[in-house]
Amino acid sequence: MHTALVVRTAGTNCDAELCRAFELAGARPSLVHVDRLVEEPSRVADADLIGFPGGFSYGDDVASGRILAVKLRERLYPALRDAARRGVPMIGVCNGFQVLVQVGLLPGPAPGTDWPEDAPPRQTVALAHNAQARFVDRWVRVAPDPASPCVWTRSMAELWRTGERDRSLRDDALVLPVAHGEGRFVAASESVLASLRAHHQIALRYADNPNGSADDVAGICDPTGRIFGLMPHPERYLDWTLHPWWTRLPEAARSGPTPGLLLFRDAVEAARTAPPPLAAAAR
Amino acid sequence: MSAPTVAVHRLEVSPAPGRADPIGESLVRDAAAAGVRLASARATHVYLIEGSLSPDQVESVRRRLLTDPVTEVSRTGAAPAAPGAQVVEVHPLPGVMDPVAQSVRECVRDLLDLPEAPSVSTGWRFDLVPEPGAPLDAKQAAALAARLLANPVIQRVVTEPYHPRSFARSAPHDNAVREVDVLSLDDAHLQKLSREAHLFLSLDEMRAVQAHYRALGRNPREIELETLAQTWSEHCVHKTLKSTIRYAGLADNDPIDWSGRPGHERLPDGTVLIRNLLKSTVAAATHRLIAEGVDWTLSVFADNSGVVAFDERHAVCVKVETHNHPSAIEPYGGAATGVGGCIRDVIGTGLGARPIANNDVFCVAHPDTASVPEGCLHPRRILTQVVAGVRDYGNRMGIPTVSGGVHFDDRYVGNPLVYCGCVGVMPRARVKGRVQRGDLIVAIGGRTGRDGIHGATFSSAELEHSAADEFSHAVQIGNAITEKQTLDAIMRAAGDTGEFGAPLFNALTDCGAGGFSSAIGELGRDTGATVHLERAPLKYAGLSFTEIWISEAQERMVLAVPQRNLAALQRVCDEEGVELAVLGEFAPPEGSTADNPDLCLMFNGQEVGRLSMRFLHEGIPTPTREATWAAPHPPASGTPRNAPAAGAAGESVERTILALLAHPTVAGKHWIIRQYDHEVRGATAIKPLVGPAGRGPGDAAVLLPVPGSTRGLAVSQGLQTGVGDPQVGGDPYLMALAAIDECVRNLVCVGADPSRTAILDNFCWPSCNKPENLGALVRAAEGCYDGALAYRTPFVSGKDSLNNQFTTRDGRTIEIPPTLLITGVGVVPDVRACVTSDAKEPGNAVVLVGGTGPEMGGSLFQQVFGLDAASIDAARRGEGPNRGVAPSLAVPRTQLKLGPTAARMVHQLMQMGLVRSAHDCSEGGVLVALAEMLIGGSTPSRPIGAAVDLSAVPGPDGGPLLGRTVAAFAETPSRYLLEVRRDDVPAVKAALAAAGLPRAVIAVLNDTGELDVSENLLKPIPVERLAAAWTGTLDW
Repeated sequence: MHTALVVRTAGTNCDAELCRAFELAGARPSLVHVDRLVEEPSRVADADLIGFPGGFSYGDDVASGRILAVKLRERLYPALRDAARRGVPMIGVCNGFQVLVQVGLLPGPAPGTDWPEDAPPRQTVALAHNAQARFVDRWVRVAPDPASPCVWTRSMAELWRTGERDRSLRDDALVLPVAHGEGRFVAASESVLASLRAHHQIALRYADNPNGSADDVAGICDPTGRIFGLMPHPERYLDWTLHPWWTRLPEAARSGPTPGLLLFRDAVEAARTAPPPLAAAAR
Repeated sequence: MSAPTVAVHRLEVSPAPGRADPIGESLVRDAAAAGVRLASARATHVYLIEGSLSPDQVESVRRRLLTDPVTEVSRTGAAPAAPGAQVVEVHPLPGVMDPVAQSVRECVRDLLDLPEAPSVSTGWRFDLVPEPGAPLDAKQAAALAARLLANPVIQRVVTEPYHPRSFARSAPHDNAVREVDVLSLDDAHLQKLSREAHLFLSLDEMRAVQAHYRALGRNPREIELETLAQTWSEHCVHKTLKSTIRYAGLADNDPIDWSGRPGHERLPDGTVLIRNLLKSTVAAATHRLIAEGVDWTLSVFADNSGVVAFDERHAVCVKVETHNHPSAIEPYGGAATGVGGCIRDVIGTGLGARPIANNDVFCVAHPDTASVPEGCLHPRRILTQVVAGVRDYGNRMGIPTVSGGVHFDDRYVGNPLVYCGCVGVMPRARVKGRVQRGDLIVAIGGRTGRDGIHGATFSSAELEHSAADEFSHAVQIGNAITEKQTLDAIMRAAGDTGEFGAPLFNALTDCGAGGFSSAIGELGRDTGATVHLERAPLKYAGLSFTEIWISEAQERMVLAVPQRNLAALQRVCDEEGVELAVLGEFAPPEGSTADNPDLCLMFNGQEVGRLSMRFLHEGIPTPTREATWAAPHPPASGTPRNAPAAGAAGESVERTILALLAHPTVAGKHWIIRQYDHEVRGATAIKPLVGPAGRGPGDAAVLLPVPGSTRGLAVSQGLQTGVGDPQVGGDPYLMALAAIDECVRNLVCVGADPSRTAILDNFCWPSCNKPENLGALVRAAEGCYDGALAYRTPFVSGKDSLNNQFTTRDGRTIEIPPTLLITGVGVVPDVRACVTSDAKEPGNAVVLVGGTGPEMGGSLFQQVFGLDAASIDAARRGEGPNRGVAPSLAVPRTQLKLGPTAARMVHQLMQMGLVRSAHDCSEGGVLVALAEMLIGGSTPSRPIGAAVDLSAVPGPDGGPLLGRTVAAFAETPSRYLLEVRRDDVPAVKAALAAAGLPRAVIAVLNDTGELDVSENLLKPIPVERLAAAWTGTLDW
């Protein structure tokens, strides 16, 4: 069985549901404090998938996810780089997403190039204060990019395509909850955004933008599609009874796995396949 | 090269040019609302780091830690003011908790590999550019900052960049042991001492202390007196509710049947003597229910929260606290620490419970209040800050805030109410803990500082206009992440991760009011304790041992740990980054015996205080208190608050319903709810806002406490202040019944089983030294007894706050209305059968369950429009649409047979799958409830409307035709609106009829998207217009 390493620290608070998501998707979750990883970076090498959960790591003091990002960048980059080279699917949800962009793991190296040896790629995107300057918890409709290489959103993209015929899939099923104060996606420049667009790294967009994100970005992936970060919380959508208006959905519409669970199943499935040749060749 | 000398380095981080600055922008908006026109405001985070750092090191911190390269720019030192701008800065006062600073100092040490962490302080700088023609000088800028950005109790405002040469440090304390002369004092001087030393003990209590020390032949030491004051405070010991009360005021038409009540004795003079009010009412109901076979309560009134069985293996626990006085002075910190304290109560239950949900109810003055008395904060600011405090603490802890309410009344202006509740889950094996003799006293979590000194006694005192100055030290600032780390450590030590076969501790409790003095005094009650106060980790030097002992610094827990488990616990704490200190031992100190143990306080090897546990816990005198009650006379006229908004009473149903929907108490609370993370843990099956647009009001939230199980727990509350309001001739007895009924209704509406529902009481009262107020309290408590028995809902915990009034500078006392919050948790057998309030499908019928009576005293209608003899007479003469039964000024009376029957029947119908949606019918009456169902279910693309027939609304016995005002706007308890498929209507009606419940189809849903109140010759009202009224009031 595949091991999903879930990295926690002081203030992490969505770790239990992320572990449950991996478990329901067929992996064995292993919840580890970041300080243990710093003491023993080899534990990263044992991971088949890696999750960075939501929460308020170190209270989001200074800025959301900043202190955990500094720790990972300064102490764990070599281990994370090797995992990325192995093609280990990684996900950062909410605070985890904020961390991954500040570490430099997202959006990752320029397409077709390898991870730098000594230090991660420089930060080119950020998740800033919501346009309305306060925390917002609500469910939003999302639109996956069917052309994205993202291994996490394959089933959601399939639902999106089917949704052209069956509108209820787009209106009712393809929803995710957001809960954040700093989720407004900002790119360092127009060319950064253009490149993300061109390489279909914007794997997930908001259909109703809750925070003023540029280009409605809800989540982005690295060029290989195996590292994915998003502000919405798919791990809060593992059962149909967690859907915000499930009491009015017809029985048939809420049978089978939720889109939230499908996202994790896709990643566990991807972990079984070989890493993409591009990264290997570039090395 | 010589080492750099110690200096304070200033760094500034601002939004990069061209990047949005939402904090600055929201300040411009807030300033405009406060009447100050700003062209722009730029927000800059300021970091002050004191240490011997080289310029390279400072640069490294700036670049690697403090600045986002995409969105921010930064510099060392202070930038010159932006052109035309006035600079204003806000910094914490020395000694005030600054969580960001704590994190930065740790991270800087790590980043630079320093042997010792530097000192850090953080603040905010704002560059304010006034609009042309609206100049702003430094003084005005400071005033604006004091109003919108800072609270002088904890922060300072400066009008130029703040860059001290060094940080202020407090002088060491001499720590001499001081005796306080008590033995020689007469009564007057005992009272003077009590007030001036902030002991807030009554004369009886001061005399008891004097007598005790007279017997010992010495004066008390300061720390002993403080310990007694904390332990004997109303907040800690509930002396009023536990006292003997002589109640005078029996009347012929009293709804209370005074015979056969436990602990009550009718005296020949016509008064009733009640021994231990709490035990004889609230708790007596629980014990009677247990005796009658309610077998699912596991721990009631014994621990930090009440515990009930959830399933075969799990228990849930629940606690609700108030944090009123701290929130009046510093709403953000007061509310945040209220939440934090209640969470710790849940963690500190049995052998540790995991908190899974918070709920919060606030009572404040109307947000449009023009001016407030000196010494009060404006209600809008209080509400905004209280919400922010709850948000920041709950969200950071990762505990969903799922349920709550806000009640508006101007009498809360100087004394707002902030109720904070928390629900937890634990394995049933962990329900009870017990200290063993020889256990170590272990403190874990946050450090002790000077914050929160005298919180327990302060909360038991009455607020005056000078309270903000006098009690600023009572304010506590929380750090949620410290509490989260402490929780993580305790859950591991308790056994949640399976690392240990059994919990590493025998008992635990939180440090709440009274700090260590209460926590250790309580845990060591039977064993005795020796405490070495110098071992407590401190935030800064300079605390006296008395301050260490009574500080209410947040995020601290005390554990009773067997010596053999200490090493394992130390390892867990180290791994979680939590500080641990062994303060002493639970055992009779030398010089006392096992059957009469002492509490011994040591400092650096010297005994600095000693108290007998028995005197500490049992020595408080219990004088008989006088309570009176005069049967209410409904006033000739109600007092409308918002009459201008609505015109003459009931003149137009359309205007009336829009005004009621827009009333802040009823209006949508999305502005608050969406700031709370109400679904972290991924286990909130019914959310606080429901329906396809997420805008309908949920009656209760439903949680999934155990991952993987479909068994749920519903959480909600009832608050019926109007029914007990002395201003409208209300009766607190009926108020308690109505609140219990409302709480049960809310829970039942989502699918909770009323026979598996537990409730809590939280009394917030004006001064009970006044016999009338104590009389009102007695009546509410009797209502709790009768209500709990009738609904078979045991009280499992509760709390009271009995001095809620505010005295203005000119000596006027503003008493709050007696306020009783009933909180309930009910088991949902299977969440897949849950029901929500949003209207579902056109074609379905809306069935009203329960009869409607004419009593409209205390109703929202009365509050908004007033009800006077003339309008009632007019209604009585009513012709046309308003013919029928006219309103009366009496307050409604809950029917103790029909109410529980209705709850049971609605639950049964739901379990049979016959109910598509359900909504509790309360504030505003039937039409408001129906409007809310439509607001929840209708969207512009899939509209749902309703055609209503008010003449179908059944009377109390299913009887006579009601006048329009009564049918539409009366707030008779025990009523439900159920949406039922057409085909199921006969079955539903038959079942209700068989149970003897009044019922009728009062509306049919359609696809018009309009509320159509027939026979009133009015145009139908579009649901989107109802929604705009409902969501617009608190859309801040």
